Amino acid sequence: MYESLMKVITGYSLLSGFAIVGITMWVSYWMSDKLTKGRLHGSAIAILLGLLLSYIGGAYTGGQKGLVDIPLFAGIGLLGGAMLRDFAIVATGFGVSVEELKRAGVAGVLALFVGVLASFVAGVGVAMAFGYTDVVSLTTIGTGAVTYIVGPVTGAAIGASSDVMALSIAAGLIKAILVMVATPFVAPYIGLNNPRSAVIFGGLMGTSSGVAGGLAATDPKLVPYGCLTAAFYTALGCLLGPSLLYFMMRGLLG
Amino acid sequence: MIIYGVAFLAFCTLAGIFIGELLGKLIGVPANVGGVGIAMMLLIFLGSYLKKRGLFTGKSEQGVEFWSAIYIPIVVAMAAQQNVYGALSGGPMAILAGAAAVIIGFALVPALCRIGQKKADAEAASPLPKAPR
Repeated sequence: MYESLMKVITGYSLLSGFAIVGITMWVSYWMSDKLTKGRLHGSAIAILLGLLLSYIGGAYTGGQKGLVDIPLFAGIGLLGGAMLRDFAIVATGFGVSVEELKRAGVAGVLALFVGVLASFVAGVGVAMAFGYTDVVSLTTIGTGAVTYIVGPVTGAAIGASSDVMALSIAAGLIKAILVMVATPFVAPYIGLNNPRSAVIFGGLMGTSSGVAGGLAATDPKLVPYGCLTAAFYTALGCLLGPSLLYFMMRGLLG
Repeated sequence: MIIYGVAFLAFCTLAGIFIGELLGKLIGVPANVGGVGIAMMLLIFLGSYLKKRGLFTGKSEQGVEFWSAIYIPIVVAMAAQQNVYGALSGGPMAILAGAAAVIIGFALVPALCRIGQKKADAEAASPLPKAPR
């Protein structure tokens, strides 16, 4: 009985993924309705539940993919993997107003540069406060605060040690998770309720999964605007990290 | 037919990500340069072109709309496979570095919005008299 059940669930993993996520969504919307009277959006609760489950999965298996490392939930990996995620994000672009995009274009590009630089400075500042002094480690941790891809890419290029790279990945992951969790709560205070601010938000935060999750929990209509600029962020970080930012740090700290 | 919409969406996504990869190679960065963004642009512009020509109809649109609607569940599945445990075990410095970046980012949104708005208003105001209707 158990064996047959597992065979079906793992063999039809994508379908089990749909079923499990569907149940999670139902529970979340029920909680949103009953416990918060709709004040906290159901999708925000669902994302929080997802992150919580991922923590439990990671603590239980010691793996790196959260809940997905448990074979029973492997289908969620396919459903939430890069392929279907990008597919669905692109699909949300179908309702986009070109006029809104044009109006936010310049500000979006500016936000990308400001976003990479600000995150980098924040990361370097914290690393300095924790006693790091060498340029390579500072740059690597700073670029980790840009995104968890930019950190290791830069670290590898300038020869950082593997534990500093691990720290920079962790900083980037924290950023992605925090953006997912905090955006719906912060949105009313920073005016994140229209396409233009979403474009700017995407450029400033840049972490694709964070922006995708955070905007989904805030207002799904804003998703395409934010994700459009965020799509360029990691690449810009990878471009600036080992070059401009590293040279800047070397110039400042010798 | 619904499959036309799904296939069109797939084509745009693949083409955009392919262009993003090529751009990355060209610039010399080991990352996809705006693939999803380019794909979205393709969808928007090719989509409206085909629509004007009457080649993209209600049924086909449903193929795109389904995936757009399934977006939030996919994001939930994505959240469930973030390395939350690994991130939190990175220690206080990693947590603070990530948090500082997020806080500064949030704080800059209203500031940049204001700059953007001024520029945007000026841009939006100027082309109007040039193109009277």
